[in-house]
Amino acid sequence: MLRQVEGSRAVAETVARCRPDVVAAYPISPQTHIVEALSDLVAEGRAGRCRFLMVESEFGAMSACIGASAAGGRAYTATASQGLLFMAEALPNASGLRLPIVMTVANRALGAPINIWNDHSDAMSQRDAGWIQLFAASNQEAVDLHVQAFAVAESLHVPVMVNMDGFVLTHAVEAIDVPDQEQVDALLPPFRPLHVLDPEHPVTIGAMVGPEAFTEVKYLEARRQLRALDVVGEVAGRFHDVTGRRSGGLTSSYRLEDADVVLVGLGSLLGTAADVVDELRDQGMAVGLLGVTCLRPWPFDEVRDTLARASRVVVLNRAVSVGAGTVLGGDVRLTLAGTPVVVHDVVSGLGGRPVTRDLLRRLLTDAAEGRLSDHELVFADLDESLAARALESELDHEEVGR
Amino acid sequence: MSASGADGRTAVEVRFHGRGGQGVVTAAELLSVAAFAQGLAAQAIPSFGSERTGAPVVAFCRVAHRPIRSHDPITNPDAVIVQDPTMLQIPGILDGLRPGGLLLVNSARRPEDLGLTGTSARLVTVPASELSRSRLGRPVPNTVLLGALAGLTGIVSLSALQEAIRSRFSGDAGEHNAALAADGHRVAHETLAEGDSRAQAG
Repeated sequence: MLRQVEGSRAVAETVARCRPDVVAAYPISPQTHIVEALSDLVAEGRAGRCRFLMVESEFGAMSACIGASAAGGRAYTATASQGLLFMAEALPNASGLRLPIVMTVANRALGAPINIWNDHSDAMSQRDAGWIQLFAASNQEAVDLHVQAFAVAESLHVPVMVNMDGFVLTHAVEAIDVPDQEQVDALLPPFRPLHVLDPEHPVTIGAMVGPEAFTEVKYLEARRQLRALDVVGEVAGRFHDVTGRRSGGLTSSYRLEDADVVLVGLGSLLGTAADVVDELRDQGMAVGLLGVTCLRPWPFDEVRDTLARASRVVVLNRAVSVGAGTVLGGDVRLTLAGTPVVVHDVVSGLGGRPVTRDLLRRLLTDAAEGRLSDHELVFADLDESLAARALESELDHEEVGR
Repeated sequence: MSASGADGRTAVEVRFHGRGGQGVVTAAELLSVAAFAQGLAAQAIPSFGSERTGAPVVAFCRVAHRPIRSHDPITNPDAVIVQDPTMLQIPGILDGLRPGGLLLVNSARRPEDLGLTGTSARLVTVPASELSRSRLGRPVPNTVLLGALAGLTGIVSLSALQEAIRSRFSGDAGEHNAALAADGHRVAHETLAEGDSRAQAG
């Protein structure tokens, strides 16, 4: 049933219906409303037998989830920004130990300088942690992806990170359908752990592996993650069967038929981009949109098949890989290697700067008319005069220091 | 201006300005809940800084006949609501307001006494803090202004607004704020009846 509700609240209710055994979390903006609501739901007895652990840090939150999951429990946490970085040491333990923890990241910039607003720097920084990474384009999809995340995670015994844009989605009040308990139960049978830590039957997990087998362990982990390329789609299909709603999957396409210029992006900017694509199509421009829902594992074949028909691809990133380019732009370039498709790697929307219709319109038009660089990283919404003045002063200081 | 859009556009977009503690974010949410209850699509998005009492806060609400996909901030609102009249001096408060759009200000003064020149906005003042103080004992202007917005524009009905208020605040708080919305609605209708932009507390 559709209700007008805050994104965070809807996600918390959804997670409660996924019947977690343990939620361990430490509050950080803009994730706070999610864990506050979950804490209330647990206290009100509306989350089954779930235990809410108010831990001392994000490192404690992930460690508690690892313990709970290793003991056979369904475990969940949520964080953002530096909170995710504070978990970073433990993230590859969760994936390496094959613990299907689900975590929401309410995407936020990384400091310094401190900035509480939305971009994707936090999620991108952990792309190699061995977690499956899903990105929600809307609050409805954020809700739906959480149910799917538990199903995918427990099917493969791989942890899943569900990314939703901080503030833009977490704090937006919109019409959202939270799947009811019967639907969630139909999609999510009780968790069957791979191995269980039990004092009555002691075993060791995560023992040291030396050079004789470490490569093989990592190879198997890499193979296993690639299996998610099938499982993510299968789970989205089952979700559609049960709820009648299409969400999740590896990518989403919008008006890609005969599209000459394609915008590639992830997260909540896709809604605004769809509006802009409609507008430009009305004006006769052959533009389309490819949303990346699953960033890890990277849907190489699907992206290549979809984009190979375009002439130009504009990859919009809300994060920078400083000194190189962008994560998403690099992945797209690699995927299209050997094709004649021109790739524009573009950064915008950092630290909460909104990705506006005007900006998207300009980017697509500039790309179509050959005015966008295809070899340098483009900072599309940069205040160039401000940056030039600061650059000049920095160079002066370097002279002084020499 | 109704949810069908006076100029044929399908969405009505409202921007709320106020200070932390004045219920700016709640106002946008309540408007969205009332619109949803009337079968419209609605989206409320706060634009947080660091949340502190007294700090400037902005919130947005979109209302449309079709599902709303975009999550970008509202840059060309049909209406701007200013919950603290001292904020009219802050640059950018009126930015992007559509020509002939509604500027609804919490003030006991007459519109022509606010010192705003060079705007084509339809300026309406409502003594929302005074009305709120008389019912709640505190100057919380948001529900009065929402009632006035409903009365002036017809985006939502007063009853849908009151229902949204009662579902958000239980007991006396809900009833008092529902009454405050009716106060604002009545002042708006008096303004419309006067045929000018002068609103007086009744």
